[in-house]
Amino acid sequence: MSDIAVIDYGMGNLRSVSKAIEYVAPHARVVVTSDPAEVASAGRVVFPGQGAMPDCMRELDARGLRGAVLDAAYSKPFLGICIGLQMLFDRSEEGDVAGLGVLPGHVRRFRAADMTGSDGARLKVPHMGWNRVRQAAGHELWNDIVDGSRFYFVHSYFVETAQADLNAGSSDYPRPFTCAIAQDNIFAVQFHPEKSDKMGLQLLANFIRWRPRAIMARPLRTAVAGG
Amino acid sequence: MLATRIIPCLDVNAGRVVKGVNFVGLRDAGDPVAIAARYNEQGADELTFLDITASSDGRDLILPIIEAVATQVFIPLTVGGGVRKVEDVRRLLNAGADKVSINTSAVQNPQLVVDATRHYGSQCIVIAIDVKRVAGSTPTRWEVYTHGGRNATGIDALEWGRRMQQAGAGEILLTSMDRDGTRQGFDIELTRAFSDALEIPVIASGGVGTLDHLVDGVLRGHADAVLAASIFHYGEHTVQDAKRLMVERGIEVRQ
Repeated sequence: MSDIAVIDYGMGNLRSVSKAIEYVAPHARVVVTSDPAEVASAGRVVFPGQGAMPDCMRELDARGLRGAVLDAAYSKPFLGICIGLQMLFDRSEEGDVAGLGVLPGHVRRFRAADMTGSDGARLKVPHMGWNRVRQAAGHELWNDIVDGSRFYFVHSYFVETAQADLNAGSSDYPRPFTCAIAQDNIFAVQFHPEKSDKMGLQLLANFIRWRPRAIMARPLRTAVAGG
Repeated sequence: MLATRIIPCLDVNAGRVVKGVNFVGLRDAGDPVAIAARYNEQGADELTFLDITASSDGRDLILPIIEAVATQVFIPLTVGGGVRKVEDVRRLLNAGADKVSINTSAVQNPQLVVDATRHYGSQCIVIAIDVKRVAGSTPTRWEVYTHGGRNATGIDALEWGRRMQQAGAGEILLTSMDRDGTRQGFDIELTRAFSDALEIPVIASGGVGTLDHLVDGVLRGHADAVLAASIFHYGEHTVQDAKRLMVERGIEVRQ
């Protein structure tokens, strides 16, 4: 049994995530795992993701991890990173693929028509680099992180949700978009805390210590689907 | 809004960092972690390691360096040099690299770029392009060179950049061979041509001799990021100095 399980479903490089967690929690037992039983027995779960969301969903299912991820999302401190955030939602424009449906909302691409900065310059996609994050509300994961701190982003898609109280943080590119969401035991970020220097390490340290006040209620349909 | 990135570049030869050695208290190449940590403290937004090892058997020696740096420095790390196969990409990523840059092999085998981005995502594949101006061309054209600038390819650089974007590249590391090592500043016309033509970010490289050159690369060249080696290595300037000047000139940076 581990303190923290980083879910490995074969998409990209999880070494950065596990190294950063080991750095902030040198005494914690951290496993990078694709074993549903290890995910189930871990105290906390980190759900990262890189690449394209359709591939991520496919690989998740190919490894039989969907149920374990859903169980974790409805039971213990859960940190989604990048595509790991996007997959929690209903659906993505990327390949028009269904997500896990834990949270209501859609994943959309930055629109070429919107990509003009305040100085008239065209903004690149992917959104790659360090951008400011406005904290929407107090949350334990923002402890000791100055509001407006910069975090490292690399993505072409972002989440849109009608449920405003999910928004825990936003960024501008050039329009505001949600880059952190929080609900009960779930916190998820579009940026990469493991690559965001001191502020990112602080967020990971906060996650390790976090004691959520509530656990997200599991709707019946996912309880059935998730087994 | 997004900050312009400053990226110090470290050359690695047979497992030794051979540039970036003149920091106070760092005697020689021996301590890549200390060098990387120093740049990190100065506020570098990413670090690029370029493996300049001539023989392929010496190349694995960069892996322990990347592994060591990745346990202490938590900003994006790019590694390039001698990447030929998807397997090479995998090994570098597993060692702790966040991005892998591909140069000669992309020209020899463009499918490698498609395969690597499909496997690991566009975000971790940087295409490095070394170019020279084509003498007398109007409008100005640039030609792609491979093998560390030794081999002309006849390929139009901008066309190649578009093709690599299409193949899934996450960004372009664009080096002017005409300017590299001259300390006369970036080839601004080149940088701007690429940055304006491509949707993906362009990192300007080659020729930086002063901090003003970095500013020019952004304001006149429209670069999304600027890469430099010698101005940081020899202790003339720190990344902080560069960021201070950029802020004075109205460029957003991470501070």
